[in-house]
Amino acid sequence: MSRAVGSRGRLSSAKAQRRASIGTRLVVAVLLIVFSIFPVLWVVSASLNPTGTLATQTLIPRNPGFGNYRTLLTLDQFPFWTWFLNSLKVAGISAVVSLAITTVASYAFSRFRFRGRQTMLKALLLINAFPTLLALVATFLMISQAGDVIPVLGLNSHASLILVYLGGAMGVNIWLMKGFLDTIPRDIDESAMVEGATDWQIFTKLVLPLLRPILIVILILNYIGTYGEFVLARVLLRSNETYTLMVGLQIFAGAQFTQRWGVFAAGALMGALPIMIIYLALQDQIVGGLTQGAVKG
Amino acid sequence: MATVTLQNARKVGRPSPVLPRLFRLAIVVAMDSLVVWFLLKLAALGYYPFAAAIGIIALFVNVVLLRKETYPIRWMVVGLALMALFVIYPIIFTVWVAFTNYGEGHLITKEQAIDQLSKQTYLPPEGKAYAWTAFKSPEGEYALWLIGEGGNGYLARPGEPLAQPQPGELGVGELDASGIPQEIEGYERLNAFLAAADSNLTQVMFGEEGNTIQVRSPREAAELLPLYVYDRQQDAMIDQQTGLVYINLRGTFTTSSGQSLRPGFMESIGLDNFENFFISPALRGPLVQLVTWNFAFAILSLLLNFSLGLAIAVLFNDPDFPLKKLIRSLLIIPYTVPALITILIWRGMLNPELGVIDRALEGLFGWAPPWFTNAWWAKVAILLVNLWLSYPYFMLICSGALQSIPDELAEAATVDGASSWQRFWRITLPLLLVAVGPLLIASFIFNFNNFNLIYLFNAGGPPMANTPTPAGHTDILISYVYNLAFSGSRGVDYGFASAITIVIFFIVASITLFQFRYTRMWEEVSENV
Repeated sequence: MSRAVGSRGRLSSAKAQRRASIGTRLVVAVLLIVFSIFPVLWVVSASLNPTGTLATQTLIPRNPGFGNYRTLLTLDQFPFWTWFLNSLKVAGISAVVSLAITTVASYAFSRFRFRGRQTMLKALLLINAFPTLLALVATFLMISQAGDVIPVLGLNSHASLILVYLGGAMGVNIWLMKGFLDTIPRDIDESAMVEGATDWQIFTKLVLPLLRPILIVILILNYIGTYGEFVLARVLLRSNETYTLMVGLQIFAGAQFTQRWGVFAAGALMGALPIMIIYLALQDQIVGGLTQGAVKG
Repeated sequence: MATVTLQNARKVGRPSPVLPRLFRLAIVVAMDSLVVWFLLKLAALGYYPFAAAIGIIALFVNVVLLRKETYPIRWMVVGLALMALFVIYPIIFTVWVAFTNYGEGHLITKEQAIDQLSKQTYLPPEGKAYAWTAFKSPEGEYALWLIGEGGNGYLARPGEPLAQPQPGELGVGELDASGIPQEIEGYERLNAFLAAADSNLTQVMFGEEGNTIQVRSPREAAELLPLYVYDRQQDAMIDQQTGLVYINLRGTFTTSSGQSLRPGFMESIGLDNFENFFISPALRGPLVQLVTWNFAFAILSLLLNFSLGLAIAVLFNDPDFPLKKLIRSLLIIPYTVPALITILIWRGMLNPELGVIDRALEGLFGWAPPWFTNAWWAKVAILLVNLWLSYPYFMLICSGALQSIPDELAEAATVDGASSWQRFWRITLPLLLVAVGPLLIASFIFNFNNFNLIYLFNAGGPPMANTPTPAGHTDILISYVYNLAFSGSRGVDYGFASAITIVIFFIVASITLFQFRYTRMWEEVSENV
């Protein structure tokens, strides 16, 4: 009898302890959440603030309205839709093509045995250790020279920007993808091979469907990475009509940051929203991909 | 690599069917014709290095597509070609530039520089001369009638070759007794007094480039001669007027007393850029600061961001925690916003006087840290912003790794009487570090070269005082390099910038090699051999 009471007492005290611990952790969680989302809320508020400058902003704007958004979408020096569509186009095309290159190459690295295979894998990592910032000078010269022969591949063209981005397709993602491919048992391809299937058939019909989760992750990370890139784009693109959103935002911010804070905030928010939605909607898959390899660090 | 199993051997050596082979041949032919056309065009424009790169890459692609032994490489040939062109070629260019003085004042080749300098001319005080008569049009344009030693008459106009017209040609009228035309159509003849009083006349260059004539005295006009002549033996430009010898000194023609000619040219200067980086006394102070901060920034960022991320992951590593999913979604929001946008937003929020944080602190304490003007506070701000940007990433990878650590280990330790603190330090953390180690190294490398953050937040500011090249207190090597190569405020120096890039590469590459050796990545390669 007494033992039963005692254990019940211990049980309820453990329960109370757990409740207290959860309570404390919830408080910590709230504090952290404030830290995390305050800047975002602040931008939302700035974008709704009708006076539109940095100095006059309060957290809850007086007379909130969509004036900044209207200005944003009609301002001639801030062709938001053009920039946004440019970004979608450049990031979309490079993400898809880059994924194709990465996947096919990783398949060869994972399934074939050939001389120099290991050396190549390691060389890929080392090459990617080179800071590409300075290579900008060479890239710029090269693209402007190419443009003297074929204007479409020259400066101020999305095609050449995409090509330069694709130069990075043989990057660290190869390792991520190959790691994933190595976990798919080879028995599958071997039995298909006995049936007379070619490598290409095995790759497209058997392996590719199994790769779907990681394909989505790499595609999204590619897309996000390219969408947010501005250094190369800034150097290679030269006119208001060809800028990507990040280049446009950065130039706009440099020019009239504190005065047009509200318009900038509206543009920043609208530019960030698609990426935020992708992340939040697909967070489980992306987390899975992140823990397998450092893609965005 | 040593053991090629039967099925692997079969895979690589399998002959491909006829149709794909024809298809491949068609692609090769099409590509080659395009490449040849492109190469010819590039060569015609004088872009030889680029043309060479394209040629080599095309050759490689041809070999890969046509030879049977390279079958596996075919699967990656597009990626490799693009990488060769857009990554490796620029790297080779950068390495080459690191050994030159390429930069402001040294942007052209030696031939181009000599060519430009040779075009400079001077009016020789003596020698071959013409007698002249000036004509002036109502629009103020001049023409000269010259009479040479043999008595031949010439018409000289600015920008046009010297002509030898007979009366009636080019609007030249009848000649008078001294062989001078009475009139030239569209021009008025100036008498000697008017001509002598016209101060503009002596400034006008008549004739074409390379054969220019200028008025030297009231009686004579003479042909200009090249001012500098290149002497191959001495590798020097010689001033014809003064006799000064300008000897090539590291890409600039310089006299023994230090006078130099512009433009200079690009030339190999050996290891000078690297020497500059490692032992130049003027750069020593700023560079030591810069490198120290670079490492401190990368290490502190890693420690701070990882600690916070790990703490959160541990705190909420509890399957039954209420609202877990919602909390996680809200906490990863900083990670979901493109970094460029968040960094600019933080720049706005920390803006002195105008920004929200400064206004709030000002209201609460009457003081706010000078985030942008004080070296230490700027560093704090950078670390703070980076913490905000990256802790969600560490939270995500840590909670992933925590879930993969089996519970049995912790339970066994509890049975042995370990406290929860001990359990964490002795069991959980070591296991976790093994799992996320490679990611931590990657993150260190990323932050070591985190150009976006430094550049967008404060462009490396506040600036250091009295540095030979622009440098800021929060500059890291890569942003310093960017200033050197692109900012141009005090003259760009690609050569030096490239040399520093190579130093950065060696730092990052040695960390990568360390990673090969001591983490699972390496084993993963070996076990697949």
